[in-house]
Amino acid sequence: MRQKRKNLTLCRATPDIIYDQMIAAGCCKKLMFSYAGNPGVGSLRCFRRALEKGVPNKIEIDEYSHFGLSGRLFAGATNMHFLPMRTNIGSDLPPQNPNLKTVKDPYTGDEVSVVPPLKPDVAVVHVQRCDSNGNSHIWGIIGEQKDAAFAARKVIISAEEIVEESVIRSDPNRTLIPDFVVHAVVHEPWACHPSYVQGYYDRDNEFYMQWDEITKEHDSTMKYLDEWVFGVENRQQYMKKIQQEKINKLLPKPCMSAPVSYGSV
Amino acid sequence: MSECTPSELMVAVAARELKDHDTVLVGVGIPNLAANLAKKLQAPNLVMVYESGAVGSNPTRMPLSIGDPCLVTGAKSVCSMYEQFAYYLQGGRIDVGFLGGAQIDKYGNINSTVIGSYKTPKVRLPGSGGACDIASNVKKIIVITPHEKRRFVEKVDFLTSPGFVDGKEKWKLLKLQGGGPYAVITNLCTMKFDDVTGEMMVASLHPGVTIEKVWENTPWKVNVAAKLEQTPPPTEREISALRALDPSKTYLG
Repeated sequence: MRQKRKNLTLCRATPDIIYDQMIAAGCCKKLMFSYAGNPGVGSLRCFRRALEKGVPNKIEIDEYSHFGLSGRLFAGATNMHFLPMRTNIGSDLPPQNPNLKTVKDPYTGDEVSVVPPLKPDVAVVHVQRCDSNGNSHIWGIIGEQKDAAFAARKVIISAEEIVEESVIRSDPNRTLIPDFVVHAVVHEPWACHPSYVQGYYDRDNEFYMQWDEITKEHDSTMKYLDEWVFGVENRQQYMKKIQQEKINKLLPKPCMSAPVSYGSV
Repeated sequence: MSECTPSELMVAVAARELKDHDTVLVGVGIPNLAANLAKKLQAPNLVMVYESGAVGSNPTRMPLSIGDPCLVTGAKSVCSMYEQFAYYLQGGRIDVGFLGGAQIDKYGNINSTVIGSYKTPKVRLPGSGGACDIASNVKKIIVITPHEKRRFVEKVDFLTSPGFVDGKEKWKLLKLQGGGPYAVITNLCTMKFDDVTGEMMVASLHPGVTIEKVWENTPWKVNVAAKLEQTPPPTEREISALRALDPSKTYLG
């Protein structure tokens, strides 16, 4: 947004506040998604304004169900020709989206819904911790992160913590993304606020509700962006603007997993 | 019967539909409360699954989004989004799925995509999320919705998630894995679906509600089951357990 990038195709199953901001800032040309709402609150108003009124610009949409979109990334990551799935049949979505086709099951003759692989140019994935080469530990709700990383041509990892390689190697099952699919590593604590990182900070639910107010009009949204996006140089400055008291409320109580042994003879 | 709000009534009635050891795909808000209530009462071994990938969640506070971190703390398992839909839903592991939407029609088809036309929407809604996938694969779809004329329509503007589509005969030809819509629970009544036609019919009237009142609030003259029942009123035990789940009345207001 700060770099005034335009004409981006944005892709995520659940475009959240960050996508609403990018749409309002005029960065988005096309949106691929499966659920465009403000979770627990209601609408993403900037998304709606773009679709219903063309403000600030009209955007194209490429819409799926969650299975459809996560399946496209899985098919992209595993380099499949296409991926069959038990959904979409009977829905009005396929007639609106030429990417949702059917094929005849060569074994039973039944009609099967299929989706094509998706290979984004870039995937930006935030993780709890990685080493300086990008070997990444992720836990909690992992969404489409691994699929997106393996599907994308370039991968940018941002991390709450950069740790020694030995920390990563102490728990290899937790490494969902290995360094050789990663192109860049950024150390960026609190990168997800107002969203959350499991075990590091909770979701700022109050802000999700405020976002509904902030985005009532395009002008009020731009006023917010002027202060909180264009008016700061980077994430650290953004975080400094938030009262420490508010930040403290987001810090979770630790809940440690039992240690496991990876030992071998 | 103890005094209760329309939301409390719907949640209490919906919770009764869940059996012990059922695997239920839950959304946040009202369905989450129904599942948690069932778990406190007749279904202590209920497995709650969320489309974000959390399986067997045991939230100690009210989750505020489907991806709420409290659904992970103490869960049985957490998997990726694709794995959730592939292993659990398409794998046939989910008994009951709760769905909601802006519109529902007489065959239980649900619209959560758009009011007006798709290309030029009057109101653009969030879209399917996992709803179409859930509707296609769970054994029973249960819808909880306020009984309002704008929500019940003869034909949905956009069919996001299939119910019995144009009727049960044609629906069978689609060979969906799921069992289709099972119940629609409103503040007035519980509706089920005709075995032959797949059309919605009033199966049980909630306390104090007449069939005329249901017809007044439904845009078409909805059918009535051969044996129309009376919904037993929520008990003290149901209501007090429910209120303890949402003490700040986020969803039960």
